[in-house]
Amino acid sequence: MPAPKRFSKFREVQAEIEKNGSALFVDKEGVESLIVHSPYSIHYIHSYAEDSPFFLGLAEGRLRGSRCTNPECAFVYATPRSHCMVCGEATAWMDLPKEGRIHSWTTCHFGSEAFLKETPYNLAMVEFEGAGSLLLVRLKDCVESEIFIGMPVEARFDPNPKFSITDVWFVPKAAGSPAKSRRG
Amino acid sequence: MPSRAKAATAPPKRHRPSRRVFVVAGGVTKFAKAHPAMDFRLMVKRAYDAALAEVPELTKERIDGSRISYFSDHFSRQLKAASMVHDYLGLNPKGSVRIEWGGATGGECFQAAFEAVASGRMDVCLAAGYETMSRVATWKGNEFIALASDTNFDFPLGGFYTGYYALMVQRHIYEYIRLRKFAHIKDERQAQRLAIAEGTRIMSLVSVKNHVNALHNPYAQYPKQLTLDDALHSEMISYPLTREQICTMSDGAAVAVLCDEERAKEFSDKPVEVIGVGTGTDTMRLADRPFGQVPLMPNEKASDYANLPYPGIHSFRAGRSAGLEAYRMAGIEDPVKELDFVELHDAYASSEIQTYEDLGLCKYGEGYDFTERGDPFLTQVRYPFPTPKAGRIPVNPSGGLIACGHPVGATGLMQAVFAYWQLQGRIAEKFRDPTLQIADAKRGAIHSHAGTGSAVTVSILQRGF
Repeated sequence: MPAPKRFSKFREVQAEIEKNGSALFVDKEGVESLIVHSPYSIHYIHSYAEDSPFFLGLAEGRLRGSRCTNPECAFVYATPRSHCMVCGEATAWMDLPKEGRIHSWTTCHFGSEAFLKETPYNLAMVEFEGAGSLLLVRLKDCVESEIFIGMPVEARFDPNPKFSITDVWFVPKAAGSPAKSRRG
Repeated sequence: MPSRAKAATAPPKRHRPSRRVFVVAGGVTKFAKAHPAMDFRLMVKRAYDAALAEVPELTKERIDGSRISYFSDHFSRQLKAASMVHDYLGLNPKGSVRIEWGGATGGECFQAAFEAVASGRMDVCLAAGYETMSRVATWKGNEFIALASDTNFDFPLGGFYTGYYALMVQRHIYEYIRLRKFAHIKDERQAQRLAIAEGTRIMSLVSVKNHVNALHNPYAQYPKQLTLDDALHSEMISYPLTREQICTMSDGAAVAVLCDEERAKEFSDKPVEVIGVGTGTDTMRLADRPFGQVPLMPNEKASDYANLPYPGIHSFRAGRSAGLEAYRMAGIEDPVKELDFVELHDAYASSEIQTYEDLGLCKYGEGYDFTERGDPFLTQVRYPFPTPKAGRIPVNPSGGLIACGHPVGATGLMQAVFAYWQLQGRIAEKFRDPTLQIADAKRGAIHSHAGTGSAVTVSILQRGF
């Protein structure tokens, strides 16, 4: 296909169009591509459905995990699942300890567009005494140089809940007896 | 731990395809930050035309149908885009289906085409993939990718894939450097900081390898004479991963044509056979990964990993499972001895090292030493540091995702095409540079990886002439 002819009409209105971020891209061979900007936004009507008790719990300052109801299994989930991934039985809600240890962590200096303005922020995976799985959270009140795997941390809850996983975050645990580590 | 997930053991049965499947043509567009003059249809068309141009007998009429892959509808805000590709190629009314499986989309598409032929449903199947990630800003693109994490529990925290991979490599470094090399250091913070410095230094070797290899690959997006210092001290993205240790957004397309034995003999005097395919999966959320036992390679013993909670968040059980399945089908017991090269999914320099271990190129915990010794480096490429064991098992000779780019739906197929050319001995012709040709390459593996390791495909290709 030969390169299309230049459309002079666009040139006349170019300055006006470029105000909206649109542009005429011309490559090395002189082929013109018209680039336009089209915004897009969606309002989702999202149900937490079977995960709802976890988010309702955060608003009450409770950290809820779930435990498999099969006594042979009894797997404890720190990030709740309503059915057990090991044996398939239903789980029951339970309260998790409000303290644990850092299993792994990072400081994000960049992020998705939605979170860029919050950078740098710390993410941590927390392990809890008695639980077989972990919980991913924001770690606050500490900086990169202070954080380490095994560090005792404790939960804080948003007094003005947004009904999001961000309603809970963890901070370094104040002095006291440290929780027991996964690796002992 | 009071309760632990039981170890997942891979099924011992050796599955075989119903009939033999071959690759007889491949094409790739140059991967680039943006291709504003091509939309996804035209990009695929270019790769498709390049592939078909090599085989005069392989006309459109000979293709029985297609499998078309792209990862995200978000990037182009065009649903049913795979139909538009199939349509643009003029393949209607033949059968087609869209394949999407996160980062492993391209690898999964390759295997879907394999299945179409192996099952006898088609004699000739087109596998085509693309992604046009340039259509949104980079940080918006990161958001779209992060939506491939649990949107109740993970994404709202600051969903960011580099952050997730940083969490995983931090634990990998802890398990294998802190607890081993620096076990004698009592101060926990100091020991961990030393381990992280050591881990990131070795990750940077991988980053240099892939960028320098890509200097000889004209399809690569980011070939670069990178130094160790550049890689280590480039901008921090998510501690400890730096910009040069991470792949970037890309536009690109790749296609491969797969067919049965009869057609392969007709179309090509240098067909490449697909002798093994494997897929593995794991939990969507990192938080749910079990702490069980390692599914063992034939050359490993349970006692090798007596105290290793597996996979935890440090290793990819999906990669190990996919590798085991593909190796079993191909009859491979020791991949380092029985493979001539591997093209693996190095979206992060860290995950390349983790994947060496998953694929059994070395034991779990040996990935850093394996890298430092130079095992995955090429003998014929000059790197800015010694690589005494170079050539033992070249990994990402093409430059991998880090240097070639990662237009998601195309990536796994790009690996297939590069592997196909390697096994045909045609790198000099296709890259217009002989450097990256692995001498006498007979068998290679390609590896495509999704999410935080929630799905992985491994395919084994072998010279069929």
